[in-house]
Amino acid sequence: MIGLSHYLLVSAALFGLGLFGLLTKRNLIAVLMSIELMLNSVNINLVAFSRYTAADASAGQVFSLFIIAVAAAEVAVGLALAYAIYRGRGTVSVDEIDWLKW
Amino acid sequence: MWAEFSLTHAWLIPLLPASAFVLISFFLLSSPWLASRLAIVAMGSSFLLALGAAAAVLTQGITVEAPFVMKTVWFSMPGLSVDMGVLVDPIAATLLFVVTLITLLVLIYSTGYMAGDPGYCRFFAFISLFAASMLGLVIATNFLQMFVFWELVGLCSYLLIGFYFFKVSAREAGKKAFMTTRIGDFGLLLGILLLQITFRTLDFAELAVKVPAYVAENGAASLTFIAILIFIGPVAKSGQFPLHVWLPDAMEGPTPVSALIHAATMVVAGVYLIARSFAIFSVLPGALTVIAWLGVFTALFAAFIALTQREIKRILAFSTISQLGFMMLALGVGSLTSSMFHLMTHAFFKALLFLGAGSVLHALHDQADIFQMGGLRKSMPATCLMMGTAVLAIAGIPPFAGFFSKDEILVAAAHVSTPIYLLASLAAFMTAFYMARLFILTFLGKPNPHNHPHESGLSMLVPMGVLAVLSVVGGIIPFAMGFGEWVRFGPAHHAGIDWAVAGASTVISLLGFALAWYIYGGGHTRSNDLTIKTGALYTWSFNKCYVDEIYQWFNRTFVGGLARLSFWIDIHALGAVVDNAWRGTGAAGSEMRRLQTGQMQQYAAVMLSATVVLVILLAALTGSLVKGGQI
Repeated sequence: MIGLSHYLLVSAALFGLGLFGLLTKRNLIAVLMSIELMLNSVNINLVAFSRYTAADASAGQVFSLFIIAVAAAEVAVGLALAYAIYRGRGTVSVDEIDWLKW
Repeated sequence: MWAEFSLTHAWLIPLLPASAFVLISFFLLSSPWLASRLAIVAMGSSFLLALGAAAAVLTQGITVEAPFVMKTVWFSMPGLSVDMGVLVDPIAATLLFVVTLITLLVLIYSTGYMAGDPGYCRFFAFISLFAASMLGLVIATNFLQMFVFWELVGLCSYLLIGFYFFKVSAREAGKKAFMTTRIGDFGLLLGILLLQITFRTLDFAELAVKVPAYVAENGAASLTFIAILIFIGPVAKSGQFPLHVWLPDAMEGPTPVSALIHAATMVVAGVYLIARSFAIFSVLPGALTVIAWLGVFTALFAAFIALTQREIKRILAFSTISQLGFMMLALGVGSLTSSMFHLMTHAFFKALLFLGAGSVLHALHDQADIFQMGGLRKSMPATCLMMGTAVLAIAGIPPFAGFFSKDEILVAAAHVSTPIYLLASLAAFMTAFYMARLFILTFLGKPNPHNHPHESGLSMLVPMGVLAVLSVVGGIIPFAMGFGEWVRFGPAHHAGIDWAVAGASTVISLLGFALAWYIYGGGHTRSNDLTIKTGALYTWSFNKCYVDEIYQWFNRTFVGGLARLSFWIDIHALGAVVDNAWRGTGAAGSEMRRLQTGQMQQYAAVMLSATVVLVILLAALTGSLVKGGQI
């Protein structure tokens, strides 16, 4: 029988993958994609918890829909930034994007 | 009718010049004719009101015991209630009359004297404010209200003494006057606060009842202390030793201001304060003794200095200090009547002396040294005649004004203490001597060929003429009309001349004249000889007994020393703390900023580690990772 903990394990694995990608990838686009993975793992959590524990089953689903919408906006902004940086600096490597410092 | 109206509207007396001040300083600063006329009209109306008030006091039986009081609550809070209002009694009425009259004459005189001065309108505005403050002080019903106007008078003296603010000496003199009187104000304020704490009231009428009862019950010791504190205020304001130093320097102001300060406003405020609160002082023999001795010492001390001064206005300034000493001494020996009488006659002849000196200075283009003058009787006959009247009045020659008031003071002093009487007579002798010296050197003798004097205009001579008439009759008329039956404290004072005292003082004054004539009558040789012979004494007198130098030494050594010490502490102790604080912050910042690498993945890693640490910490605190141990 598949229960809540299975969903949570899948979600944790997905979050770990995203985090790993966020910390290790050099390409800005790949970093953005990793963040998307982490967001989706959170969505799985929300839906799973709402299915198994919450009194009102729709609350978690509404939240995840909101997160999807916000994530779409975030991707739009993030990709636009990446594009602008690429046009200005000729690179999408996060190592080189370090001018926001002293 | 008019008297009744004036009495019930006595608050208008200070208000009119005050509004003149406001109008001039806001609207008329560039229209001299209107400004001066407005000031004169306002002052003239005040004078008429003051006359009416004085008439009402005489006809309606208003006495010192039963004054006319009109007051309302100014502010009140639990445990403290202060009124403001109008108090008119014979003492206040006398002062109102003198102040408005002298100010009016000075204003008229100033239209001529100040003509063409760039600060003409400002001058009339300030004089109006000055008179308003003084008049407000006179009709105050309690100490606090009086103190407010007292401070305003101080402010105006600062503004007017420093009138020529482009001159460094004038600025310094204004500052000196303000700060010296501030020292006295501090004592006065302490005294007022202690009165409020002791009696829960500052009202003159209530204090007059409560103080004698308090003294009868608790003795006079603590009250004497309070009275001395209050007395410090008048010491500074009325130029008593050792806070007289500002008065001679106050000559830096325009001459009409000197006349005003010395005759009607400012310096008599101190005498008036003591007179107003005489109910307190009269039951404290200790305080009265201090006042009497300080007064007689000041009279003698200032007369001694006046003997050798060379600047005409400076002689008059020391003469004022000396005469104020007489007034204080009169209060000290318990004779309020003679003090107020002398205040009035002195206002007449001293204002005249100053206006006369102004006329001379005007004619000689500010040549102030009397040894450079001489022979002015031919070129300035009217000024000479009027100055002569004033000299006779101040020296106390009968029947001029000063004779009656000075005689009353000497009689009162002789009743109380023979040494005080003798010292006061000596001061009177010196007064006659130095006034005669001034007159002889200025108006008699040979004209100095370097001077080209001319008689002053009518606007200056007419006010002087009025004052000259008053200097002649200002003593005998009040004397004959029973001044002492109205202006008094305690039982009525019946006018009468003690022929022994009066005769002695007249002879003394004539001796002073004769000596001055002997020394200065025939050129400068005898006086030069005398200067050499009296060496040290002359130097002391000429240098004003080095009081200024002592103050400067004190100031340099102690005040300056304290300032240097504070400066050192500021730089080396406080400064070190502040400096090290900013240096430390800066150094810490320049090291810490290296943590900010700009590498976003590094930030994410730090965030992750921090989250992990936090979760572990929370787990350790709550005992398990998952609440309930179920997953």
